[in-house]
Amino acid sequence: MAVPKQNIRNFSIIAHIDHGKSTLADRMLEQTESVALRDMTAQLLDNMDLERERGITIKAHAVKLDYKAKDGENYVLNLIDTPGHVDFNYEVSRSLAACEGAVLIIDASQGIEAQTLANTYLALDHDLEIVPVINKIDLPAADPEGVARQVEDVIGLDCELAPRVSAKTGLNVDQVLERIVQDVPAPKEADDSKPLRALIFDSVYDSYKGVIVYVRIMDGKIKAGDTMRMMATGAEFTVVEVGYMRATSMEPAKELTAGEVGYITASIKTVGDAQVGDTVTTAQYPADEPLPGYRKVNPMVFCGVYPADGADYENLRDALEKLRLNDASLSYEPETSGALGFGFRCGFLGLLHLEIIQERLEREYNLDLVTTIPSVVYKIYLNDGSVIEIDNPTHYPDPANISYCEEPLVDAHIYSPQEYVGAIMDLCQDRRGVFKNMDYITPERVDIHYLLPLNEIIYDFFDVLKSRTKGYASFDYEIADYQRSDLVKLDVLLNGDTVDALSFIIHSEKAYAKARKIAEKLKEHIPRQMFEIPIQIAIGGKVIARETVKAMRKDVLAKCYGGDITRKKKLLEKQKEGKKRMRHFGTVEVPQEAFMAVLKLDE
Amino acid sequence: MNKIGLYIHIPFCKSKCPYCDFYSLRKGKKDYESYVSSVKRSLKMWAERTEKKADTLYLGGGTPSLLGGELISEIVLAAKESFGCNGEITVECNPSCIETDFFKRVVDAGVNRVSLGMQSAVDSERKKLGRLADVKAVERAINRAFLSGIENVSVDLMIGIPDQNEKTLAQSLEFCAQSGVKHISAYMLKVEEGTFFHENPHKFNFPDEDLTADLYLQMVNFLETEGYSQYEISNFAQQEYESRHNLKYWNCEEYLGIGPAAHSFLNGKRFYYPRDIQFFENGEEPVSDGDGGDLQEYIMLKLRLKDGLIFEECKKRFSDFSETEYIQKAEPMLKAGFMKLDDKSLAITTRGFLISNSIIEKIVY
Repeated sequence: MAVPKQNIRNFSIIAHIDHGKSTLADRMLEQTESVALRDMTAQLLDNMDLERERGITIKAHAVKLDYKAKDGENYVLNLIDTPGHVDFNYEVSRSLAACEGAVLIIDASQGIEAQTLANTYLALDHDLEIVPVINKIDLPAADPEGVARQVEDVIGLDCELAPRVSAKTGLNVDQVLERIVQDVPAPKEADDSKPLRALIFDSVYDSYKGVIVYVRIMDGKIKAGDTMRMMATGAEFTVVEVGYMRATSMEPAKELTAGEVGYITASIKTVGDAQVGDTVTTAQYPADEPLPGYRKVNPMVFCGVYPADGADYENLRDALEKLRLNDASLSYEPETSGALGFGFRCGFLGLLHLEIIQERLEREYNLDLVTTIPSVVYKIYLNDGSVIEIDNPTHYPDPANISYCEEPLVDAHIYSPQEYVGAIMDLCQDRRGVFKNMDYITPERVDIHYLLPLNEIIYDFFDVLKSRTKGYASFDYEIADYQRSDLVKLDVLLNGDTVDALSFIIHSEKAYAKARKIAEKLKEHIPRQMFEIPIQIAIGGKVIARETVKAMRKDVLAKCYGGDITRKKKLLEKQKEGKKRMRHFGTVEVPQEAFMAVLKLDE
Repeated sequence: MNKIGLYIHIPFCKSKCPYCDFYSLRKGKKDYESYVSSVKRSLKMWAERTEKKADTLYLGGGTPSLLGGELISEIVLAAKESFGCNGEITVECNPSCIETDFFKRVVDAGVNRVSLGMQSAVDSERKKLGRLADVKAVERAINRAFLSGIENVSVDLMIGIPDQNEKTLAQSLEFCAQSGVKHISAYMLKVEEGTFFHENPHKFNFPDEDLTADLYLQMVNFLETEGYSQYEISNFAQQEYESRHNLKYWNCEEYLGIGPAAHSFLNGKRFYYPRDIQFFENGEEPVSDGDGGDLQEYIMLKLRLKDGLIFEECKKRFSDFSETEYIQKAEPMLKAGFMKLDDKSLAITTRGFLISNSIIEKIVY
C-alpha cells in the first residue's frame, strides 16, 4: 500500500558504544511487526558474528518499517543503521546524508559519552533533526532526569519530550516511534519529476543477484529496465530489480521514487562499481550535478598477510577475493617474503578495518594467518631526482640513495571534556603532533585540533586516547598533506638473519626506544629453544638494541607413567604440532604471538 | 618364548598428595578384599588367554602397602601361580603405612624388591608434598626392609618441590647415599592438571626452569660419585640393581597391566583399563590404544636410556633400519653436546636429558 511522501521518515540511530543501539533497533522491528518473534535473534541487524561480539556495527544496514501511528495514519519508517568507528567515518557520513533525522540514544546510567557527542555533531553537520532517547531506565543506577538535564546543558537538545525507555524490556519504545513520526521531517523537496539522483550509502555482494546497491532517492525515480549510471565512475548498468529492504527479506517494487530508501540490482559484478557516496542517475534523463560529499576511499594502512601454512595460499587468495566483493575499501596484491613465503600486501582504511578483515579471514574462512607490522605510504625522494612510494618496508631503498622522505599527515580533531586537555596534548606531543588550535564547544568541552603523522595513529592511538580520557574523548581525522620527515628503517635480526617481515619504517627520534621495546617483546614471546638466540635490532648495519633468548634448560618427561607410552607419544606429537604453527627462520622458531606482540607494541 | 612384565595397580591411598594424578581412591578394608578378588580373577582370565609367562612383577599404586602384608601376599602368590613371575618382584610402599610385619610377610610370598615413595628427606618439603610420615619413618622403613632380607630397596626422589634449593636437595641426596638403598628414581615434578598444585599455583614457590635444571645436574653428579649410575633419564642404580621391570617399558618389551588405569603392551597392541575401579571389577574388557612397538616408538623409548639407540639391536628388530638418517638429524645436537655417537650407538647425554623432549622430537619426526 503506497504511503504519501509526507508520511515517510528516514532516520538513523546514533549512540555511544553499548548504549543500546542495536537492542532498540530490534525492539522497533518487533513493535512494528516487521519481524516475527520466532525469527528474533538478539541484535538482528548486526548480522555478522563479529558485529555481535564486538558490539559494533561494521557494515551499514537498512530496513523499512510500516507503522500505524496514534494519529491513525500509516507511515513508512526507514531505519538506516550506521557503523560506529573512526575508520568508517566516511560510511557513517553517507548513511547520515541519506536521512532527515537521527535517534540519539543516551544511557540513563552513564550519560553523555564521547561518541554521543561525536555522533551528534556528525548528525548536526548533516542538518538532521535529533530525537533524544534516554535508554536503560530499568537499570538500578539509572538517572533519567539527571541525564536529560545533561543533554539539555551540553548538547542543547530539549529533553522534555524525550522518551525514557528500556530497549531491553521494550518499555516505552512505542513513544520512540511516535517521536520519529512527530519530529523527523518528511523528505524535503522530494520531486519525482526531476532527473534521478540516488545516494549510495552501502552496497553488498550477493552471489545470486550480484551487487545489491542500497540507495536513498533524493530526486526522480528509478525502475527495472532503466539504464543506471554511476556519476563518479561513469559505469552504466541495466536495472534488473528495485525494491525495499525488509527485516528478513527483500521486497521487490515497481519503482523507487524521491524520498524513498531501497535497493537496486543490476548484475553488477563488484562493489567497486557501486561505491559508497556515489550518485546514481539514469542514462535516459541524467542529472547535471552529483550529490555532494563523494570521496574515493583509499586504503591508508598496509600490511602483509600470510597464511601460517604455506599450503593455504590459494585459499587465502580466494577468501580475499570474496571479501573484496563486499568491501571496496580492501585492496590486495601478491607479495613474497623471505621469512613468510607467499602472501598478500593488503590495504585497509585503518587498524580496526585491518583487524576485522583478519578476523573474518580466520573465522569465516578458517585460515591461520601471520600479519606483518602495518605501514602507511611513504614518499621517498632519491638522489637521482626520482620519487618512489612505498607501503612495504622491504622496498625501502639503500639509505645512501635517499635524498629525503615524506610521510602522510592527518588533520585530527579530538573532542573531549576540558579536564583531559593536558593528557590529550601530552599524547599528541608524544606522537609528534603539531598543535593547530583549540575551541571551546561548550564551557566544559573542547575541540583540540592537531596535525599528526598517520603512522603515529595507525597502531593504537584511539585506544590510548580512550584510556587516557576514560573513554570521554572522541577522535576524527582527515588525511592531510605529506610532510618531509626524518625516517629510518628498523631491521630485526634473529640469530644474525634479518627477518624481513618484521622490518618497519619509523621516525629516527623514536627508533631507539622502539628498538628496545621490540627486542624485549620478542624475547618475551619467543620460547627458549635448544640453542641461544640473539635478537638484534639494527638501522642499516648498526645494531641499536639487543636481547638474548637463553637456551632452553628443561624440556623433559621425567615421570614414568607406568606403561602409558601412548601418552608420552601424544605429548611429543602435540609438541611437534605446536612447532609446526611456528615460523622458522633458519633454526629459530618464532610463534605467531611474537609477531602480534611486536605489532601491538604500545599496549 | 619371551617373558613379559606383569604390572598390578593398587588404586588406594590414605590421602591424595597435592602433586599426584595417578588413579587412587580412599576406601576401606572390605573394598580392598573385594578388589584383591577381582585382581585374582583377572590374573586367571589373562593366564588363560596368553601362553606367555612373566619374569617381573610390579605392584604399583596408589599405595600397595596400604593393603597389608596378607592381601599383598595373596596377590603375589596368585600372580606367580598364573604367570610364573620367577624374577624381580617389586612392591611400592608408602613409609606412612607399613605394618610392622609387612616386609616379613611379603618376603615369604616372594617379594624381593621394595620401592619407597620418599620424594624428599627434608621434612618441610615432605609436608608440602602431603607425605604423612617424617624422614625418620622413611629410615625405619628402609632398615626394616633390609632386616627382612630385601636388599634391593629403591626410593623415589623429587626435583622441583616448592622452595627446594641446592642445600635441601643435597640433604636428600646424602640421605639416599647413607641409607644404603640400591636404586633411586628421581622425577622432576610436573604440575599435572586436576592436582592441588595445579589448582593453587600461586600458593607455592616452585623452582624455575633454570634452578630445576641445575638441581637435576647436581643430583646426577652427586649420585654418580656415590656409585649410582644413571641408566635412564630419571633412574639411578648401583651396578646390577637397575629395575628389570621398568627396563621393559624403555626397551619396548611386552607387559600386561592389571587394574584400573593400568596399561599393557601385548602382541603388538597397546590397551588399558580406564580410570574406573567399577569398570575393572565388573570384568569389562580393556580399551584399545592402537598398535604399538613401531620404530618411532622404539627410538623414542630407547633414547630415554643412557645406552641410547644401539644400532645392532635395532636392526634385529627392524630389519630395514639404517642409522644414517638419524645421525644426520642428530648433527646439531651432537655438535652442541646434547647427544653422543659412536660406531655402535646414538645416545643423549646428561645435559641433553634435560631437554630430551625436544631432542627426541627432532630425531623421531
